[in-house]
Amino acid sequence: MTDTPRSVFPHRHLLGIEGLSPLDIQALLDLADNQVEVSRQVEKRKTTLRGRTQINLFFEPSTRTQSSFEIAGKRLGADVLNMAVASSSVKKGETLIDTAATLNAMRPDIIVVRHHAAGAVHLLARKVDCAVVNAGDGAHEHPTQALLDALTIRRNKGRIGGLIVAICGDILHSRVARSNMILLAAMGAQVRLVAPTNLLPPGFARLGFPTFTDMRKGLEGADIVMMLRLQRERMNGSFVPSVKEYFRFYGLDQEKLSYAKHDALVMHPGPMNRGVEISSDVADGAQSLIREQVEMGVAVRMAVLEALASHLPNG
Amino acid sequence: MGTKPLLFKNALLVDPDTGREDKGGLLVRDGVIQDLGPHLTQAADADVIECAGQVLAPGLIDMRAFIGEPGGPYRETLKSAGEAAAAGGVTTIVSMPDTSPVLDDPAVIDFIVRRARDTSVVNILPAAALTKGLRGGEMAEIGRLKEAGAIAFTDGARSVTNAQVMRRALTYARDFDALIVHHVEDPDLVGQGVMNEGEFSSRLGLPGIPREAETIVLERDVRLVRLTGARYHAAMISTADSAEIVQAAKARGLPVTCGVSINHLSLNENDIGDYRTFLKLSPPLRHEDDRQAMIAALADGTIDVIVSDHNPQDVENKRLPFAEAANGAVGLETLLSAALRLVHADRITLPRLLRAMSTKPAEILGLPSGRLKIGAPADLIVFDPDAPYVLDKRNLKSLSKNSPFDEARLEGQVTITMVAGRIVFDRRST
Repeated sequence: MTDTPRSVFPHRHLLGIEGLSPLDIQALLDLADNQVEVSRQVEKRKTTLRGRTQINLFFEPSTRTQSSFEIAGKRLGADVLNMAVASSSVKKGETLIDTAATLNAMRPDIIVVRHHAAGAVHLLARKVDCAVVNAGDGAHEHPTQALLDALTIRRNKGRIGGLIVAICGDILHSRVARSNMILLAAMGAQVRLVAPTNLLPPGFARLGFPTFTDMRKGLEGADIVMMLRLQRERMNGSFVPSVKEYFRFYGLDQEKLSYAKHDALVMHPGPMNRGVEISSDVADGAQSLIREQVEMGVAVRMAVLEALASHLPNG
Repeated sequence: MGTKPLLFKNALLVDPDTGREDKGGLLVRDGVIQDLGPHLTQAADADVIECAGQVLAPGLIDMRAFIGEPGGPYRETLKSAGEAAAAGGVTTIVSMPDTSPVLDDPAVIDFIVRRARDTSVVNILPAAALTKGLRGGEMAEIGRLKEAGAIAFTDGARSVTNAQVMRRALTYARDFDALIVHHVEDPDLVGQGVMNEGEFSSRLGLPGIPREAETIVLERDVRLVRLTGARYHAAMISTADSAEIVQAAKARGLPVTCGVSINHLSLNENDIGDYRTFLKLSPPLRHEDDRQAMIAALADGTIDVIVSDHNPQDVENKRLPFAEAANGAVGLETLLSAALRLVHADRITLPRLLRAMSTKPAEILGLPSGRLKIGAPADLIVFDPDAPYVLDKRNLKSLSKNSPFDEARLEGQVTITMVAGRIVFDRRST
């Protein structure tokens, strides 16, 4: 029953949410729903990717995304290889394109890429013959994160359309925010952006997203409060004055959360800075979906790998 | 506050907000202006102060004063600054954050607010640091400092040279509707300079400060205001070119205002004469043409406010070779008298002059004072605009005596200063 008809997901790569139709997104979410069930069984292993080679190429360290992709690939029966880029030829000065060509010669079926530069994954995808999954490129996109967030929302609220979603925090540097904004808007949610202006790209207000610098106003009536991580190097006077001040005005605590709907749910892509963008009692509270997001991450990545596998040669 | 009302009678009521000048009375009750106008000649059970021949106007609001507390109480304390201000007709002071410790911490702002309330007879509103430690690198906690009572944000006598830091600080300030006040003087262009660059500095053999040290920073700031939309106030301008820059910014509708120090309206570089260090200022005293341009810009509204730039320095910091002496002059007590010279010389009307020292700063700072209006705080001054005197620095209440007006002939002196309905200075009894 989990076999995907070829026509359901018509793309060779998953480079971003941009370019996916609402139907594409829905298909991936439906597929992921099934994978949740698979992952909850004792026997989690499927054979969809048996014999396939999946390379996780992470130019930026990431424990959770990388392990999530690794588990997803393994549950589908693929041979998964984690390239330790930090200690590889990249350190020796190899260009991204040369790395791509080298890997391509090893004939992988799927490459999962995380890179610190926006657009790097797209560049790499043009140079290889296999399927490429963007696991985060700079401050551009992180499509599987947006999909897992959407899945989490849909499973808890029964829908995405019509919900008010407040995305809060360091939107400027966040690929999570960009992918989520595109996905949620495409699925009919009302997306609001809440951040100090220094952490808000100036173009988004012009794109029609309501923006708020006052968090309480931004959270008013929200169904979903999506918090973003604030990088340590941005806390001390460059973009915002201090951790203390940031938490005071932009950290999600029970008091600010009370401005959202009473049944609002709280999300965070992790890893969290407790006491910076979110208080511990909210992070661990009844309205938090943060643990569930991690579980959905594996399911969504299985769905994505499976959907892409259906387009592989001899697939 | 005494519950007994007080009637100022037969005064010339000058309301700089409306520009009206009426003979009449003004009734103060419970710390606020209860009534005013020509009809007010008596009030039941009120104490009466006869003001014939005197002006009754809002108390002055001085947006720029340096106070030595905390860290330099020998220069000035909140108490002594309050007494000096009261004697000069200043009822509200904005104090600069250049103290020790620097006012960049909400706890220190809270201390100043409480300490001023306890020891000063006039309102002292602290401006907090714009960047941590006034170092120009990392922005201070504007939100928390504002909650603690900071009225504005400024690096005091310093300029923020890094445009990125300034951009982000302006952007952040806008989120909190905070006012940024900036000293526009590029320290690299100032270099070793100690006075205005020109013929006179050449003759004195002193390194000069070009006008561009001011205009370049000001021009940059205006462009950053255009980018960010923040409320911006150039603390003091001193050159004709600066006035043009501000005028252009205002014409463009930008939220830009500016001040001028009383020194730059009253004095020019020639007054330095024989290396008089009391006239060593930042920005430096400029050419007479610049002074004339400042007066014109004040009269046409390009310049919004006049500040005392009160900067007490003790003898050890001033009795030095010119280049080594500290910058700054005291000014709270002479602000009004020196400014009235412009009225006596028919360069500006009295309401217009007072507007730049009361209504306008109140507007910029968001204060309810600075106007003669029913319900407004009874922060008032009574003064004789023509009373002549020669300034004797020994009579200054300020702990520091570095006045550039020492032994100057001045006309116009405060008789009574009232803060929130309480008389805090009364020359009749001294």
